Amino acid sequence: MQLERLADTFFNLQVMQQYLPKIVEGFFVTVQIALAVVLAGIAAGLALALVRAFRIRALNFFIILGVDVLRALPPLVLIIGFYFALPTIGIRMSAWVATWLALSLVLAAFAEEIFWAGILAVPKGQWEAARSTGLSFVQTLTDVVLPQAVRLTIPPLTNRTIAITKGTALGAVVAVGEILYQAQTAYSFSYNPSPLVLGAAAYLILFIPVVYFGRWVETRFAWKR
Amino acid sequence: MDQLIQSFFNLEILSQASPILLSGFWMTVKLTLVVVPLGLAGGLVVALASTSRSRLVRWLTVIYVDFFRAFPPLVLLMFIAFGLPFLGFDPGAFVAVALSFLLNTSSYYGEIFRAGIESITRGQHEAARSTGLSGPQTMAYVVLPQAVKNVVPDLVSNTLEVIKLTSLASVVALPELLFAARQAQSLTYNATPIIAAGIIYLVCLWPLVRLLSRFEHRQIALH
Repeated sequence: MQLERLADTFFNLQVMQQYLPKIVEGFFVTVQIALAVVLAGIAAGLALALVRAFRIRALNFFIILGVDVLRALPPLVLIIGFYFALPTIGIRMSAWVATWLALSLVLAAFAEEIFWAGILAVPKGQWEAARSTGLSFVQTLTDVVLPQAVRLTIPPLTNRTIAITKGTALGAVVAVGEILYQAQTAYSFSYNPSPLVLGAAAYLILFIPVVYFGRWVETRFAWKR
Repeated sequence: MDQLIQSFFNLEILSQASPILLSGFWMTVKLTLVVVPLGLAGGLVVALASTSRSRLVRWLTVIYVDFFRAFPPLVLLMFIAFGLPFLGFDPGAFVAVALSFLLNTSSYYGEIFRAGIESITRGQHEAARSTGLSGPQTMAYVVLPQAVKNVVPDLVSNTLEVIKLTSLASVVALPELLFAARQAQSLTYNATPIIAAGIIYLVCLWPLVRLLSRFEHRQIALH
């Protein structure tokens, strides 16, 4: 009897069936934002690290400042700032854009630090040897240093990227129609937590493979000691 | 420019909002002081379980860690805050936050401690045992101190993330800093409280970020 009530509360098939299409819809929105964040964040992070390699003092000061700020602020504060505070000075963006922009900026900041640490880790002799064979600074950076640096950065970058992609759930707070938002809305309409169970299952389906991918990358690209 | 100052750095609004912001700040501090030690202790238990001799215990630990690492923390929090009352147990916002953070952060801290324990060579263990220390004594006095020392950067990094995550508590209406800022914004129709909250986070967490940045460079440079 108890068990039946429990099943009826958390695994109510009727409710689940009703809201499954919504959760599936949310699933694709989550995937969409996650991919957009990964692409934009890593590309911007790499670009910033490359710019930093030119060691232009004034420019680097602003890169370091920006990266520090983005690492210190909680992503949810950024999303809420973009969505609720910026409109008061006339800058408006959709909830989707606010979530995407906030998470991309955070990922870019972490990625920049990781790429930069990787570039610094390449021994100075590599730079000197490449330059003495007649390669230009830019050629040395992109053809000699970067490929070695990127290899070092893959494990920490993968882990950080996974952690930040999970932040897509924060979009629910500003009503982006991703998994959590759909589950939460369905929960308040039906006053039954089954949609939350469905939503949780959707996250597991999405992220368990990603967590395993992260583990695999860690062993595959482990630093040789 | 004038409009920017009016909407973001309005001193009049700030002085109106400061009592709310201050109480929110203290709630965030309180939350951090509960959630971080709890997560560290939970993580230590998870790490010790993952070195257990019983295969079943190790296996269960892996499932626990992977399960809670796959869940976005906000999903876990909502599930606990909205789901538990249906089991006839309403934990209230603070306990719901503490519980979901315990589950989430103990799996992250657990992985970090495990990596630390694995970085200690078997010889240390064997040498300690041969001097007559018991298994638990070896773990507590020989292996763990060295293990923890090896993973300090990761522990600091995760702690920074946990402190930032406390802002999620605003979603279940726990009146911490972000919640207070949003409340003050809707009372004053002005975004200054949100900007102020951002600045408070920044001032408090910047030293940690600087420290970490130094650690990270050293870490990659060593390899």
